[in-house]
Amino acid sequence: MLLLPAALVVFGVVLWPAGRALVISFLDVDSPFPGAYPFVGLRNYTDILGNPRFWAAAQHTLYFTVASTTLEVVLGLGLAHLLAAPMRFRWLFRAIVILPWALPTIVNGAMWRWILNAEYGALNALLTQLHLMGDYRSWLGSDPFLALNMVVVADVWKNTSLVAFFLLAGLSAIPAELGEAARIDGAGSFRVFWRITLPLLRPTLAAVLVLRVIEAFKVFDIVYVMTGGGPASGTQTITFLTYLQAFSAQRFSSGAALAYLTVVAVLMLALIYLRLLRQQEMRAS
Amino acid sequence: MRRTLGALTASTLILAPFLWLIVSSIAGQTDLLERPLHWWPEHVTLSRYREIFTGHEGVAAQFRSAMLNSLIVGAGTVVISVSVGTLGGYALARLTFPLRRTTLLSFLVTYMLPPIVLIIPLYLLMARFGLLDTKLGLIIVYCSLATPFALWTMSTFFGSLPVELEEAARVDGCTRLGALVRVILPLARPGVVATTLFVFLLCWDEFLYALIFTSTSDAKTIPVAIAEFTGRNAVDFGLIAAGGVLAALPPVLLAVVLQRHLIAGLTTGSLK
Amino acid sequence: MPEMHYPRRTLLAAAALLPLTAACDVGGSNSSDTGGEGTGEGKITALFMQQAGYSEADIRAMTADFQAKYPKITVEPTFVAYEALHDKIVAAAPAGTYDVVLIDVIWPAEFGSKKIVTDVTSQFPAAWKTDMLGGALKTAEYQGKYYGVPWILDSKYLFYNTEILGKAGVDVATLSTWDGVLAAAAKIKAANLVKHPLVWSWKQAEALICDYTQLLGAFGGKFLADDFKSIAFDSGGGLEALKWMKKTIDDGLTNPNSMESLEEDVRKIFSEGSAAMALNWTYMFNAANDPAQSKVAGKVEVLPTPSGGGGSPGVNGSMALCVSGGSKNQKAAWTYISYLTSAEVQNKYAKSSLPCWGKSYDDPAVVSVSPKMVAAAKKELASLISRPEVPRYNEISQILQAELQQALLGKKAPEKALSDAAAQAKSLL
Repeated sequence: MLLLPAALVVFGVVLWPAGRALVISFLDVDSPFPGAYPFVGLRNYTDILGNPRFWAAAQHTLYFTVASTTLEVVLGLGLAHLLAAPMRFRWLFRAIVILPWALPTIVNGAMWRWILNAEYGALNALLTQLHLMGDYRSWLGSDPFLALNMVVVADVWKNTSLVAFFLLAGLSAIPAELGEAARIDGAGSFRVFWRITLPLLRPTLAAVLVLRVIEAFKVFDIVYVMTGGGPASGTQTITFLTYLQAFSAQRFSSGAALAYLTVVAVLMLALIYLRLLRQQEMRAS
Repeated sequence: MRRTLGALTASTLILAPFLWLIVSSIAGQTDLLERPLHWWPEHVTLSRYREIFTGHEGVAAQFRSAMLNSLIVGAGTVVISVSVGTLGGYALARLTFPLRRTTLLSFLVTYMLPPIVLIIPLYLLMARFGLLDTKLGLIIVYCSLATPFALWTMSTFFGSLPVELEEAARVDGCTRLGALVRVILPLARPGVVATTLFVFLLCWDEFLYALIFTSTSDAKTIPVAIAEFTGRNAVDFGLIAAGGVLAALPPVLLAVVLQRHLIAGLTTGSLK
Repeated sequence: MPEMHYPRRTLLAAAALLPLTAACDVGGSNSSDTGGEGTGEGKITALFMQQAGYSEADIRAMTADFQAKYPKITVEPTFVAYEALHDKIVAAAPAGTYDVVLIDVIWPAEFGSKKIVTDVTSQFPAAWKTDMLGGALKTAEYQGKYYGVPWILDSKYLFYNTEILGKAGVDVATLSTWDGVLAAAAKIKAANLVKHPLVWSWKQAEALICDYTQLLGAFGGKFLADDFKSIAFDSGGGLEALKWMKKTIDDGLTNPNSMESLEEDVRKIFSEGSAAMALNWTYMFNAANDPAQSKVAGKVEVLPTPSGGGGSPGVNGSMALCVSGGSKNQKAAWTYISYLTSAEVQNKYAKSSLPCWGKSYDDPAVVSVSPKMVAAAKKELASLISRPEVPRYNEISQILQAELQQALLGKKAPEKALSDAAAQAKSLL
């Protein structure tokens, strides 16, 4: 009974649209108004799978996901260690580290677009003033791959913060005595980390990784505000393409089919996550 | 020493872009376009903040209404999804009923569905019920996003609390609900605070739904306002920066103030 | 707790039935979504862009005058970036959020055929068809029907910095051809007056297509074959235009940041004195000559777009005001549109955007506002080139934007980029 309100709120808004999206993906809905639209079977799906724009977007999404989550977890791990360490002004350090997480994604995107601005940007100014670079350059407009990497940088800057806090929580659940005992036995701090901390942190690490992967896979807003998908569509991700198909081209069915292809991918990731959870639970019991 | 150095480096990398945003928001327009760039502006001006706070129409009015909309939508969503999630989370943690695990997982799966799947039919549905461009419409949608999350964190949090306390209360004559309110909830406070923070930030940050579902100052939220603002005033970076700083203020303050609870909530909560 | 079974089971049943019920829904009536005439009074909302043409301040002033004249109608104007305008109109359509929407010349086919904007052919006075300039009149027309009233008549002109060109010793007469522009740019670069003499709005956006269209026209190219059934931009003038664009980059004459610039960025760079020549809309003439926003005020002149050997048509970048299909107050919306598009109002704000009405150009009050701009406009507006008038233009444009950038960034040869674009766009005609 206690669950009923939650079920109503969630499934009421999720289940019907999810079913409806599936139906739409088999029709040819080309306007935002309700009406009778023809049934076209799997044509939307086959069209997408045969479209080079889809494969390019899939590639960008995959690269973005792998690059940003890897960096976030590696940097987050280091940051979590620093956050856990006893030091003066630790409260201040923690407050600083939490900042990027709280900064709205859209503001983050606008901020980085400004920093990376080709004519007046701070990064250009910094690098030329330090003589690391001869002249100003265009970070978001000259090379599609460079632009994609800059979007990764902006995403990593913001989201490493949250990853670090999750890992900090995981770290503080590990009894300190374990590490101390190992150190007394003569193990170096790297060995302690590798042999003791990392294995114990693995469940948290796995969970954070999968959650970040799922989030990164859905990326839209930072691309929208930083690059608008350009240059040469080099930062177009699947969600961005779906948005374009549905609202800019008014090909709602094609958008729905694209979205369902995304669901399949995310569902596979979710299955991995659930399997990890089950392993954890089994280990716990 | 190495740690301090590490912490200093990390702090610099984190703070530098943020500080530049703040400096840009108070630098004179000519300072921003200087080449070579000065790192501290010759003309410091608060005119953009003044414009946003006191302007009567256009950008300023829109910005303020977006801020208010975001607050209302965020608060509404927090109240609904955290209370609903707390009740549900308790049920999932304490009551045994068939398919408990499956229920929990099915909630979790909805959290993983990309919003772009739901957005097209949801949009057509909201159009029919007159919910497009309303705050209520956004609250309903955001609740569906936030509730699975609230449910999940709260149920793991409840799971970590000792059952004995509750049993003692019930022996003393409390009903299950009474025990929940009097004994469990006070103990669960860090979890509730952490969940509230997460949900509020989720709402404050959400962009895709808001972009599609809102169009006027009746419901437009702050991310949409900032994005539009960035598009329209592509050239006035100072104004964009000032808007960004203001939009970042509420969640940043909240996160810094509640930081301690966040760690406590995370430690005992979701990712135990 | 047996009752706990129910939610689950009903839920599952509901889930199983969903696709069914959802499918039934398709044929449902849409009576609740259609708009209505309305009383001709009350509140209406209008969607504008803020980018070029009339400024937000202009529109608010016009609206205030309108409300003084029609006290029974209140108007709430909303402003978005051009890049967000199309999607906002689509997203707001079923809710009927806006009564009046500003649409670009490339959208009547799409919006008209989907009833997102209202067919106003019956309300369109016959006199307007002769009094409005030809290029403007076409703005809201699709297959013989009018879907709105032309409001912004615009094309891209060549602006130049007199000081830089003077120092380089460039004869302005040579700027009548694109070859002349190229030679002038090379001369300026050689004299080291600015690093990159040219700047363009070549970001992956509609702005890129506008510049490309104008060049395609100048080199005698066509987007589509005359029957609208096949692609023509991948050869002849279309290809030549792209090669020319690429050459300006390779020769270091075009500012490489053009690939992430929109019109406003072009204006900024030009106004900072960092470029000698630029293609932009009418509004730049005043903006770049305004000392409050420009370092080169008083040194900016304008010319009609150069020729590439195939004529010198300007891109038709006009926009029209439309009654939205979902508006519940179409009568009041029409009153507002009629007011904003009237010659009287347009003449008053000629400084921001030139009027759509033929006789305005003989009105000394209009001409005196910016005689040089009017002179350039008179010549250029006589022959305009349109982007393809097909319902799925937006998709074609997106494909073309991406492929043009592939070529401009040196990732693909111009021939390959255009033939790839043609292959993708073919099925959308």
